[in-house]
Amino acid sequence: MCLAIPAKVITVDGASALVTIEDVEYRASLLLLNDVKPGDFIMLHAGFAIEKIDAEEAAETLRLLNEVANNSFQ
Amino acid sequence: MQYIDEYRKKELILAVSKELKEISKQPITLMEVCGGHTMAIHRFGLHALLPPAIRLISGPGCPVCVSSQHFLDTAIACSKIPGAIITTYGDLIRVPGSVSSLEKEKANGHDIRIIYSVLEAVEMAKVNPDKKIIFLGIGFETTAPATAAAIVEARKANLLNFFVLSAHKVMPPVMKALVDDGIKINGFIAPGHVSAITGTTIYNDLPKRYGLGVVITGFEPVDLMLAILMLVRQFESKDPKVEIQYQRVVHVEGNKIAQALLTKVFELKDDRWRGLGIIPGSGLKIRSAFADFDAEKHFTVHVPEPVDPKGCICGSILRGLKAPNECRLFATVCTPSDPVGACMVSGEGTCATYYKYRS
Repeated sequence: MCLAIPAKVITVDGASALVTIEDVEYRASLLLLNDVKPGDFIMLHAGFAIEKIDAEEAAETLRLLNEVANNSFQ
Repeated sequence: MQYIDEYRKKELILAVSKELKEISKQPITLMEVCGGHTMAIHRFGLHALLPPAIRLISGPGCPVCVSSQHFLDTAIACSKIPGAIITTYGDLIRVPGSVSSLEKEKANGHDIRIIYSVLEAVEMAKVNPDKKIIFLGIGFETTAPATAAAIVEARKANLLNFFVLSAHKVMPPVMKALVDDGIKINGFIAPGHVSAITGTTIYNDLPKRYGLGVVITGFEPVDLMLAILMLVRQFESKDPKVEIQYQRVVHVEGNKIAQALLTKVFELKDDRWRGLGIIPGSGLKIRSAFADFDAEKHFTVHVPEPVDPKGCICGSILRGLKAPNECRLFATVCTPSDPVGACMVSGEGTCATYYKYRS
């Protein structure tokens, strides 16, 4: 129920955005999220964008994980 | 797919698994609160990658499962109101009520429609001014802001025929109630998308008052494995705290727009949970300023005394006290195609998940 899926913002049209998930288009309401721009990734939940995905934080998590992986297989 | 594939990489999952096996020394029990987490753990077979000292139990975070029999019976009664169209998220229509289900009422000719977004119900109200559109509001802090936004939109459009029957609930009181109830756990794998809305401070009590670790995590296998690693590290170093693993989505302060909408439209009430009884301050009711959208205030329906399904241990399962295979009905008379209890209905219900991935 609380599932949300990463979706890429294509165009923003007032309080709604056109987003894609694996090239399939959806409408995402922006009533819960400000400052959304084309190219952003958002989490889509029940037709609403609930949060942006922070690209820097995502990269940092992966960097830490790769560190664990490198240490464990050395 | 970006932000999914990289968190499903086998070498990363195995690396975290190896690290866990090295640092995990004492037995530890962790509860995954969210039904989405239960589903992901089973779907990706994560149990097999954990050392034997780590035990995971499933919690009460499936909204369809915890919605009370009284709520379902009220929804079923509402479906019989002349001119009513019931709108709901999918799974709820299959949950058996005391004497019927929404699915059966639909077969009887009542107008019950599954929608993907609550805004569809608002649109339906606009184009059907002669109908009464009743939306069944279920879900936690992730989903409730959407309902709040829909009510505000309905007010802006001066709609007089859009109503919400709210069974929306909030997470922190039930987590505390389980601990107060005596459940023996060492930490919580906390819900990622609830926390995206609420932020992290709602959990601050848990380490302070109860000595429990809390790690907020995402729904991919790497996220979950990493969260378990963080909880084991906290446990082994006797340093319980609130940490975010899901940093790409969750921030300490949460989504302030969603929080403001929640506060504007809803207030806390004591609410009934399946299997857990009434938990103080755990439900969301519509504020009197928005009473014209409150189905409970607008319609008077007769709801008989709820009857719980005989032999079903859904309540004990939601409290983490029993596993589905301890139920006599599990996979015998209770299956996803003919469910007895709510936990077998929802795709993220503990029983449905155990059934799908049972070995």
